Amino acid sequence: MTSAADLIPSLEGELLPGARRSRLRESFRHYLPAIVLFGLGLAAWEVVVALFQIEGFLLPRPSVIALTFVRELSVIFPAGLFTMREALGGFVLGCGLGLLVAFATARWQTASEGFMPFAIAINSTPIIALAPIMNNWFGITNPLAKMSIVAVLVFFPVMINAVRGLTQVDDAALELMRSYAASETEVLWNLRIPNALPFVFSAFKVAATLSVIGAIVSEYFGGSREALGVYISQQAALFHFAEAWSAIIIACAMGILFYLCLLLVERAVMPWHVSLRPTGD
Amino acid sequence: MAEKQTVVAIRNVTKTFGEGQDRRVQALENINLDIHPGEFVSLLGPSGCGKSTLLRIVGDLTPPSTGAVQVNGKSAHQARRDRDYGMVFQQATLYDWRTVSKNVQLPLEVMDYPRAKRDQRAQEMLRLVQLEEFSRHFPWQLSGGMQQRVSIARALAFEPSLLLMDEPFGALDEMTRERMQLELLRIWSQTTATVIFVTHSIPEAVFLSSRVVVMSARPGRVAGEIEIDLPRPRDFKTREHPRFFEKLTEVRECLHREEARDSAK
Repeated sequence: MTSAADLIPSLEGELLPGARRSRLRESFRHYLPAIVLFGLGLAAWEVVVALFQIEGFLLPRPSVIALTFVRELSVIFPAGLFTMREALGGFVLGCGLGLLVAFATARWQTASEGFMPFAIAINSTPIIALAPIMNNWFGITNPLAKMSIVAVLVFFPVMINAVRGLTQVDDAALELMRSYAASETEVLWNLRIPNALPFVFSAFKVAATLSVIGAIVSEYFGGSREALGVYISQQAALFHFAEAWSAIIIACAMGILFYLCLLLVERAVMPWHVSLRPTGD
Repeated sequence: MAEKQTVVAIRNVTKTFGEGQDRRVQALENINLDIHPGEFVSLLGPSGCGKSTLLRIVGDLTPPSTGAVQVNGKSAHQARRDRDYGMVFQQATLYDWRTVSKNVQLPLEVMDYPRAKRDQRAQEMLRLVQLEEFSRHFPWQLSGGMQQRVSIARALAFEPSLLLMDEPFGALDEMTRERMQLELLRIWSQTTATVIFVTHSIPEAVFLSSRVVVMSARPGRVAGEIEIDLPRPRDFKTREHPRFFEKLTEVRECLHREEARDSAK
């Protein structure tokens, strides 16, 4: 007889308070080198700027950036929120459309054959170059101009990955469904969609980063006074680089936060996935 | 009247793969076979003899080139639509995103069983394969043998009249394999299903079957049929029984006769 010993140690065992504390310590030890490296990097930056007397407008010292960051927070934080709203709007729009088209493409073979070559071709063109045109179409201060850039930017990776996930299904898993005389709809819900989830989530993670980049860069071509990209380009034009760096920190933080939120959603939606399994020793 | 006593009737089935004179491969040639209710029939032969292809034709996963298969008096296609088949493949093919219990319920969901009935069936089936306590686990938390037992539970969940098994223990190690053979016989004795079992292991075929259909390759055809009249229930002692060895030898000789005829050609 096979016994429970055949099993990978289950999660329950790791949730005891003592075990949890040691896990915390474990993860601290895991991240320690990165934290130390980050601190050393900042220190080196500070020292190099002072030592070689690099002008503040070329490369401000980290300490100066930190002070500026605190002073400017009341401006750059709302600006960051404004830009994040554009990024999120575009993300939802682009991902939604990408998924819709992916379903159609996966369902109807001819749609796929007609559409995919174009999708792949357009995917390899620099879409950000469209930014001035979109500004023209929607009006330079209209958030829709930026959202549409972001939407186009994230559309293709999401669509292509979703199509892959919906169509690259294990043959035996399909035959199993066939042996149950399952309808195409049942195959879609029970097999194709769960199979596509890991593909879609990795595309979402790429899209999250792309959407923040897309929103900020398209603001460089002009936009609302409240926007982070506009703030960065204006401060840089005035040689206020400490301000520009502070805004970049906000952009960074928001991008990372977005990414982390997606990781949490991924964890909740597919706890069964390979990448999330506890590693037994 | 005789038709009534037949679950599967294979008539003049041939199967050819590929197009054109030189690329065409004859996988099966003129197969005729009757399988009766409650039988455990093994299709045994070397790789390339078309035994898996024949199983897939019976299960309506591949059409025959010529000939026909009748299952419970219907075409194979109709039998599949009527959900007469439970299938077990070499890989357990469990869905990663479903727990063990939910995997067993998969066919029941597709077939629109009510939820309460589904839960109850899954529980019964998992008890049958002795994996009750793992119902909430995910497939990757189970060993290969346990996964294959879940896949057998899933195949039997909707009480199909015919169980088609394509080298189900082929990916398991020898010890697990022998244990699984015993398990399968125990499970089968509690159902009324007829089993067609594809294997290339002679002892496995002899140990499990009520009849072994020996096939030969290029082109695949039936070389002989051997009744295995060993008493049931069979257990580990069966493998030490003198009759077991006699039957092993009989099957082996049948295979060798075919090989000799092949090389004489």
